[in-house]
Amino acid sequence: MDRRQFLKNTTAALTVAGAGVGPWRSAQAQAGPIKIGLLAPLTGVVASGGKEMVEGVQFYLDRVKGEMGGRKVELVIEDDASNPDTALQKARRLVEQGNCHMLIGNLLANTGLAVANYVKGTGTPYFIPIIAADDLTQRQRIKNVIRVAGYSASEFTHPLGDWALKQGYKKIATISQDYTFGHEQCGGLAQVFTEGGGEIVQQFWHPLNTADFSPYLGQLADLKIDAVFAMETGADATRFIQQYSSFGLKAQTPLLAAMNGTDQSVIRTLGEECEGIISPAHFAEGSDNPVTQEFAKEYEAKYGKIPSLYGFSMYSGVMWIDAALKKMGGKVEGRDAFIDTVLKTELDGSPLGKAVKLDAYGNPIYDVYIRKVAKRADGKFWNVPVTSYPNVSQFWKYDPETYLKQPPYSRTFQGIKKA
Amino acid sequence: MTTPVAPRVLGVAGMTGRAALIAAIIVVAAAALPLLLSNYQVGLATEVLIFGILAMSIDILAGFAGRTSLGHGAIFGVSTYVVVYATTHAGLPPAVAFAAGVLAATVVAAIFGLLAVRTSGVYFLLLTLALGMIVWGICLRWTQVTGGENGMRGDVRPAVLLTNSTFYWAVLASAAVVAFAMWRFVRSPFGLTLRGIRDSESRMRSLGYNVPLHLFIGFTVSGFFAGVAGALYAMFNNFVSPSTVALAQSVEGVLMMIAGGVGTLFGAFVGAAAIIALENVVSAYTERWQMVLGITFILIMIFAPEGIIGKLRATLTRKVR
Repeated sequence: MDRRQFLKNTTAALTVAGAGVGPWRSAQAQAGPIKIGLLAPLTGVVASGGKEMVEGVQFYLDRVKGEMGGRKVELVIEDDASNPDTALQKARRLVEQGNCHMLIGNLLANTGLAVANYVKGTGTPYFIPIIAADDLTQRQRIKNVIRVAGYSASEFTHPLGDWALKQGYKKIATISQDYTFGHEQCGGLAQVFTEGGGEIVQQFWHPLNTADFSPYLGQLADLKIDAVFAMETGADATRFIQQYSSFGLKAQTPLLAAMNGTDQSVIRTLGEECEGIISPAHFAEGSDNPVTQEFAKEYEAKYGKIPSLYGFSMYSGVMWIDAALKKMGGKVEGRDAFIDTVLKTELDGSPLGKAVKLDAYGNPIYDVYIRKVAKRADGKFWNVPVTSYPNVSQFWKYDPETYLKQPPYSRTFQGIKKA
Repeated sequence: MTTPVAPRVLGVAGMTGRAALIAAIIVVAAAALPLLLSNYQVGLATEVLIFGILAMSIDILAGFAGRTSLGHGAIFGVSTYVVVYATTHAGLPPAVAFAAGVLAATVVAAIFGLLAVRTSGVYFLLLTLALGMIVWGICLRWTQVTGGENGMRGDVRPAVLLTNSTFYWAVLASAAVVAFAMWRFVRSPFGLTLRGIRDSESRMRSLGYNVPLHLFIGFTVSGFFAGVAGALYAMFNNFVSPSTVALAQSVEGVLMMIAGGVGTLFGAFVGAAAIIALENVVSAYTERWQMVLGITFILIMIFAPEGIIGKLRATLTRKVR
């Protein structure tokens, strides 16, 4: 389905009441629709994820019949082209010309950071269910930027570090894409793992879009290690998992991955080589929780694929906003009240399967699953929970203020404790 | 590589007076735009002016020295990076940061120029492309300073220019000054020498002109103007990331210049307006806007290979005769 079709469908479904009301006039009238500006990369390197983001939002709006907090919703979709300059341009258009009440979306951290910097000036509520950059809800927090149903990059790798210690692993090597998202996820694991007595033997950083992992795999094979942690997204993840298996390392050393490495968007195209990989996340599509199961089943029936992180997060993010709007009778025009309500809203009945709330910095506190990729009865692979860590915040067990005093994770600072 | 399309009248006395009048009318009309357009459209108009300056700086080389550069996006972006860094990390006042950005761009252009001026044609294209890629690579990988993939953010724009309209007027004023300076530059004896080099390098050499030196100075001056555009862009976006120095940026500048008309100088603004308008209007209807853009270029190349302004000028001259 192309974007035009999307727009047609939404317009038809959502603007029944708003028919005849010009979009520029709707902002004044309380009775007009709630306008949501959705920014997603529909072209460029991460276009496939972007399409699933749109699906997630549409799927939710279809279920609530295009109505949130008692008012019709008008969804305006813009393509950020996986490029921060374009994202910024489109955000301006949605806010200044489209008069959107709020913005939601973006996938790549640099696009999200660019838009966040813009809404800092305008005060427009901006929701980021996918953007994981730690500092957006930590050192450079902006009050109207809220990570509903999203996660900060190091939030899940902290508990993974703890889990690795409990498995009795003493030595781990990490391999990661060389950019902030990778530095932050590896940092989370490295800090908790080394503070608990483990050792990070070596860290490999490779450029995005690495076609051939053999130089790294050769070195990994020679290290005396108990496990490998891989932080890979998209096509890199697919290639890494395939090559890790074909090098025979899969049988030799257990593979731990960041949640995006075993997301449906990656393992959907893989076979046996992805079975058994461990990853931490707030969502496991293979969980036996009835709400999660229902969501996964309906999504699959509608779109022909098991929901990925992108579809799921956007779905839950919009659900979160809806929950807040219900509380305040749809009065989205009162921005400050709206932001405060969202921050205080506890999301119940989401596909997460458990009530979730935000911490004081606008980042959700989750029960984090440690998941394992397993084969479903029909031969498809999905993530099944092995164990869970209750109430994990982005600060893990650290005191937020002390934690924020340490530098953000980067290639040079990984929080590694010197033995 | 490029040839003059329209016959150009040079140095005729009455010409300057009429040109000045036309220029004044255009500037006044442009200054009135914020009264007519919505806030968002004023933002777009600002972007048109900024990219117009970039395209114009490329035209100095492409249209008047016969050297099409694919490295100007990088020169432009260096200035953007320096301005954002200077204001957010070094805490310099905006005016100083602006100057530093333009200076950095000029220095980078001088280095590019030293390496590139001995080549021409496709070799010049490839060499400037490669140099631009080096800048992009540095911005992407030197994370501690440039912020890597995520880039840098901050409040770069000075407080007095905070609204879209005031900033637009500031950019318009700079664009008018810069455009006039470029116009003077290409019509100066130095500019005529560049044209001579474009038309026949060997003849100019045998006449005793130092060809590489002229090209080097031409390149550096062109880089200076690209730097002005880049510094304005930093204040426009309050943000910079590697996509600002990427090849796509250089290509966009070149395309704007070609769409407006190579060697027309002011066509750059028309080209920038056409492309930015197309990008923003078409993308509201289809995610395949890049395809529409591509088809438009093909059509321009078939029906108006001399560019929009070039075509207009040619048609007008024909009618006058």
